[in-house]
Amino acid sequence: MWIEWTLAIRFLREGRIQSALIVVGIAVGVAVIVFLTALITGLQANIINRTLGTQAHIKVEMPDEVNRVVATAEGVVQLLLETRRAQRLRSISNWQQVRDALDGLAGVTAVSPIVSGPAFARRGEAVESVALVGIDIDRYTKIIPLQEDIIAGRLRVGSGNAVIGSQLARDLGMSVGDKLRLDAGDGRDSVVTVAGIFELGVRELDARYVYLDMKQTQSLLNLPGAATVIDITVRNIFGASEVASRIARLTGLKAESWMQTNEQLMNALDSQRLSTQLISLFVAVSVALGIASVLFVSVIQRTREIGILRAMGITRRQMLGVFLVQGGIFGLIGSLVGGVVGVGLVWVFNEFGSNLFYIPVNPILLVGSSLLATITGIISAAIPAGRAARMDPVQAIRHV
Amino acid sequence: MQGLRKSYNVGQANEVEVLHGLDMTLGRSDFAALVGASGSGKSTLLNLIGLLDMPTAGELFLLGEPTRDMDDARRTALRGSAIGFVFQFHHLISAFSALENVLMPLMIAKGKPSDADIDLARGLLAEVGMDAFADRKSDQLSGGQQQRVAIARALVARPALLLADEPTGNLDSHSSEDVFALFRRSNEKFGCAVLLVTHDERLSSACDRVITLEDGRIVGNPPA
Repeated sequence: MWIEWTLAIRFLREGRIQSALIVVGIAVGVAVIVFLTALITGLQANIINRTLGTQAHIKVEMPDEVNRVVATAEGVVQLLLETRRAQRLRSISNWQQVRDALDGLAGVTAVSPIVSGPAFARRGEAVESVALVGIDIDRYTKIIPLQEDIIAGRLRVGSGNAVIGSQLARDLGMSVGDKLRLDAGDGRDSVVTVAGIFELGVRELDARYVYLDMKQTQSLLNLPGAATVIDITVRNIFGASEVASRIARLTGLKAESWMQTNEQLMNALDSQRLSTQLISLFVAVSVALGIASVLFVSVIQRTREIGILRAMGITRRQMLGVFLVQGGIFGLIGSLVGGVVGVGLVWVFNEFGSNLFYIPVNPILLVGSSLLATITGIISAAIPAGRAARMDPVQAIRHV
Repeated sequence: MQGLRKSYNVGQANEVEVLHGLDMTLGRSDFAALVGASGSGKSTLLNLIGLLDMPTAGELFLLGEPTRDMDDARRTALRGSAIGFVFQFHHLISAFSALENVLMPLMIAKGKPSDADIDLARGLLAEVGMDAFADRKSDQLSGGQQQRVAIARALVARPALLLADEPTGNLDSHSSEDVFALFRRSNEKFGCAVLLVTHDERLSSACDRVITLEDGRIVGNPPA
């Protein structure tokens, strides 16, 4: 390979301006791909983080109650007019065993049983509808780090204490230490002390969630000893659906992953990713065409030299190698320059941009894009290099 | 060569036979000129002998080996080791210095040149009077100087046969004589056969042997 490399490098050096132009072209392409990929990856990670900051990865509930249809004898046509049943609040049967089983399930990082249901919050004349959420605080904070979102007071839910959202506190004019009356209907009510106020950043949750301990919630909702939902986090968030269906098979319960709950979001993210990939692909194709056309011109320019090299005993295969190496060198150098420019753009974005979110740069992205650009260079060189290799030495030498 | 024929556009309506069955032998130490009017087939014959092209019929032996059925890789290898070319337009590789151009056939065959190779190439440059210009790029040399470098390059692989296609066609008469003298010396000193294609009667008459082609046939040449 020595002679191939020597010839390739000398040819590139001799056509300095041509080489520099195509390297700049490749660099621009790679920079766009690196920046765009980093931007979209960062953006998506940010969106997913925000979404999952207030949500479990998997929610496990009792399956919906359905009407039982009496089986009919063979050959009897049955007409059925069905009204779907109202879903009452029910406890997950044997939720303690389910919880323990899920604790040991591979890929699951946290399991938190919750009892939740509707109620009214009253203060004086003001009434707000709220969602009571009875939690086991140690388990729950592993799923949603509520302690980080407390803006006043403390995260304390036991023995007559409650933590409410900032919007609810504003609506009812409450601050830490105030008393709040919770009314769950059917005459079940209780008065709790606001121990803390949280702000998750999602208005709906900040206006409706009232965190209590499980015991208080159970008695308010008249579900002694119950858990209505089990929240789960998993190690690999994009594998949540598989874990969910495994849990459903294992327990017979309804298990829904965040990807199913946020189908529209997932759709948006997918189409965003697809369009990024398409843009990258088109940029890569135009870079490849650029490399190919520059090498084509070079092959034509060097026709006579190729002829004389062939006369001096260079083989077709070696001639092929000379131009493939040139393509590879274009790709490698162009992508190194482009990688630096791309990282520079990301830095500028992080430093001087909107500061809405931070873009991390994955070193694998840089290594991968250089590798891909080098291979693209070699592949795009294939056609011109093949032409150089096939050249008839007699005609090549006569070429003026 | 035995019954060597060459046609162009084989199998098409405009098929033409350029060489009509040539028989000829070139000895190991011959110094021969190949002359003929333009269109007589000189260059075609030279390309065949140089293994740059394939005969349509007949056989060409190089160093006693039949070459017709060789594949491209073997022909290329044999061409590199047994034949040195000098063309009318010198054809140096412009990206390389004079010395590197001389080394090129060795670098193609063996890769990175050894010190012995470099000494050999410098010796050949001295032989053609170009040792002072070894590190110049070829576009910094005059036509005559480039042709001298090309001769040194043709000799570096110690070929058995030196083929020259109008080597002086592009030079003034003074340089022509110098270049011709170089071919003479190569023939005597390195013992390689020389076949010169030329239009210049002064040059051809100075050769030991003159092969005349007329319309694709050898005329008036006593087979050696």
